Amino acid sequence: MRYSGFKVIKEALTGHKGWKPAWRDPVPQAHYDIIIIGGGGHGLATAYYLAKEFGGKKIAVLEKGWIGGGNVGRNTTIVRSNYLLDGNEPFYEMSLKLWEGLEQDFNYNAMVSQRGILNLIHSDAQRDAFTRRGNAMILNGADAEMLTTGQILDRYPFLNVDNARFPIKGGLAQHRGGTVRHDAVAWGYARGADIRGVDIIQNCEVTGFRIENGKAIGVETSRGYIGANKIGCAVAGSSSRLMSKVDMQLPMESHVLQAFVSEGLKPVIPGVITFGAGHFYCSQSDKGGLVFGGDLDGYNSYAQRGNMPVVEDVCESGMALMPMLGRARLLRMWGGVMDMSMDGSPIIDKTHIDGLYFNGGWCYGGFKATPASGYCFAHLLARDMPHPNATAFRFDRFSRGLMIDEKGMGNQPNLH
Amino acid sequence: MIINHPLLGPRDASEFTYLGDAKLIDRPDWQSDTAAQDFYEYGYLRTNPAGEHRELWFHEAGDRSWLVVTRNTLTHEISAVEMARDVARAQGRSK
Repeated sequence: MRYSGFKVIKEALTGHKGWKPAWRDPVPQAHYDIIIIGGGGHGLATAYYLAKEFGGKKIAVLEKGWIGGGNVGRNTTIVRSNYLLDGNEPFYEMSLKLWEGLEQDFNYNAMVSQRGILNLIHSDAQRDAFTRRGNAMILNGADAEMLTTGQILDRYPFLNVDNARFPIKGGLAQHRGGTVRHDAVAWGYARGADIRGVDIIQNCEVTGFRIENGKAIGVETSRGYIGANKIGCAVAGSSSRLMSKVDMQLPMESHVLQAFVSEGLKPVIPGVITFGAGHFYCSQSDKGGLVFGGDLDGYNSYAQRGNMPVVEDVCESGMALMPMLGRARLLRMWGGVMDMSMDGSPIIDKTHIDGLYFNGGWCYGGFKATPASGYCFAHLLARDMPHPNATAFRFDRFSRGLMIDEKGMGNQPNLH
Repeated sequence: MIINHPLLGPRDASEFTYLGDAKLIDRPDWQSDTAAQDFYEYGYLRTNPAGEHRELWFHEAGDRSWLVVTRNTLTHEISAVEMARDVARAQGRSK
């Protein structure tokens, strides 16, 4: 069933009796060509692009809970491609281009809103760094513009530009960045994959892998054994737990990141603002809530909840940047588990086991990467070759000294 | 979280900074034939368990001692706190 404006009007006039479930609830088959473990944004996008672009295969997505219940439903919905390094920027720009055409592509309203993202500058050194970053973005086909404090105030008159510690001296803007309705991304990919014959199997936890002669031949699940020619893992914060079932140690730690939303307000913040020096970023949802977040809590955690000191730090930073925030009440806060890699960049690669593939280590930047991650992982699964824009995301980059360390923090995951 | 410091008693976790897995005490031998591989595993690979985790915390805003904290990563519950130097001594790593 294609969605359209005409269909909405027709259903409105006939009592909304014609809508059907957006995806089936199939019983797992005994064998698939490709199994994707993890029904989050990346797993569902992988299945969607496998079916649509690399077609003709029997594909299943296995999800231990319900689809979209992990980080794709917990993030702060920002999309952007403002990266510096060669290994990253072409990949993230590919992702932003896919976002731009996504709703037409999968016939689902994901509320893609290119309202622009702004990174604030507070010092000469930061201006140099952001100028360099902007140039790197332009060289890779993205857009970037350096703004003066005056230009920033035209758009965001409420910012406190005279903060004693971090006065605002300008900003790097990417006007094509913005926000996307995160749940709709998972649902749109799920529906698009389902229409193309992908089995989306929920409440099906993978409990082990079956390996024969160095080749993965299937997975043990809470709903029985399922065979597969190829298995792709895309389980975000649970990567280490899953891969420990084949005795793999990963170059990552799982950390908790908190996010917050205020009560609904009238439109006040037209774009996305990031205040890196103060560990705070903020946008406003279409529903009116201010959506904001800050740093990791900083210690290994699988708890999906954080602690109060970081809440205080984030809110203090917000108040320093936008004193008007003090009048808004906090509505909700939550935590998600990030698989923080050792250089802050992801992995899309084969493993040492034939037929077992891995996608993870997205740190807290996984949401914006969803379309390109799915496309590139599908490319790797279907063709056994990395996509040209994802050749740097290898496991062996740590042993070979080819880290992609945007922040230059070294192997300290809680600092990326 | 409250960390029960062996010398100072219960202290708020925000006084501490976090380094990571306590295996970082076991620095490999740089003269070993397998040093390159050993340092790669030491520097980059982590077990990252969901459950009990032994980890290094530094009392930066306190007495600047290193602690080995045993903490559950699913509940944040802390079950043991030791001085890192005692742990290192017991392993023959420190005088």
